[in-house]
Amino acid sequence: MNESLSQIFIATLLTNNFVLAMFLGLCPFLGVSGRLGTALPMGIATTFVMLVASLCAYGLNLLLSYFHLDFLRLISYIVVIASSVQLVEMVMKKYSPALFRALGIYLPLITTNCAVLGVALFQTARDYDFAQSLTFSFGGGAGFTLALVLMASLRERLQLANVPTLVQGTALSLILAGLLSLTFMGFAGLGGGE
Amino acid sequence: MNPKKEIDEGITFDTFMEGVWRQNPVFVMVLGMCPTLAVTVSAVNAVSMGIATLFVLVSSCLLVSLIRNLVPKEVRIATYIVIIATFVTLVDYIIQAVSLSLYEALGAFIQLIVVNCIILGRAEAHASKNPPLKAVVNALGMGIGFTIGLLALGATREILGAGKLFGFSLFGEHFQPWVVMVLPPGGFFVLGAWLLLFSFMRSRSATE
Repeated sequence: MNESLSQIFIATLLTNNFVLAMFLGLCPFLGVSGRLGTALPMGIATTFVMLVASLCAYGLNLLLSYFHLDFLRLISYIVVIASSVQLVEMVMKKYSPALFRALGIYLPLITTNCAVLGVALFQTARDYDFAQSLTFSFGGGAGFTLALVLMASLRERLQLANVPTLVQGTALSLILAGLLSLTFMGFAGLGGGE
Repeated sequence: MNPKKEIDEGITFDTFMEGVWRQNPVFVMVLGMCPTLAVTVSAVNAVSMGIATLFVLVSSCLLVSLIRNLVPKEVRIATYIVIIATFVTLVDYIIQAVSLSLYEALGAFIQLIVVNCIILGRAEAHASKNPPLKAVVNALGMGIGFTIGLLALGATREILGAGKLFGFSLFGEHFQPWVVMVLPPGGFFVLGAWLLLFSFMRSRSATE
């Protein structure tokens, strides 16, 4: 894989957005995108955990390949992600109580976010080196935040609209997400990748 | 869903049907969306993903139910995740051995079964409180319900987007495929439409 860093970043942010093109992290995407005020902290917290998880997964993958323990990859990744979320939570509580209070309830939710495990698995599957992995996870997190914020703004506007009761709820969110996804397809070919 | 009430009841037909119809994971609870939307480009992919999830669900629920009295409450979630990850690794290697083309089509989404909320949800809400047989019956129902949901989505998208079903051409060569249906936006649209249909049916039966 000889993709440049900017290519990876644009691909994960726009053309191959984690949520809208790869369907990763849909549960928080549909669950937390009700209000703009909660969408942004959630996005930032997820990006942060993604970076940490990507770092850990990179090191772990080197270790596992060295000892030929590839079959343990999935199990160790998930354990590492769960414990790194815990660690991030503890460090944040100690050094930045304000940030911890702002993100508090979202942090444990991130463990079950498939986008985080997705970052770790895809960077392994594509044989990214260290810098590429970091760019990939940062772009993925930024893309996730972007999608979440866009979706939340749309849904805040929709609260003022007169929507038929039948369509309200998940069905409407899904159709909105489909439209957003259609829009993001317009970015295809950007950055010279794919 | 009231887990405390379920303990007193024996195994009934309802234990099985809960997941297939009343609490269908795809259409009613809207859980496990990532694999639901990502792999349902064709009916074959959808069914394989459904069966893989079914296997992981049933085996992890059986194991969780067997050790439910041995695991301390504080570490139960971590234990469940390790159990699930073990079975997913197993499925990953089995699919790789049986059909390499299917393995490439599903890609990393086989491994992402680990974070499918349905499995952890069932392990926590049902299998950890019920005897093995009942847990397995319930998990079987949930898995079949999930497979049906995936199949409904996969079949719709394959018919609309490629004019085929299970790889067989349906409409002859003059069919103009609705390509967007097999692309990512189509996944959102088709699931949205199915949910609309279900809420329409529910509102109809509520008014009658």
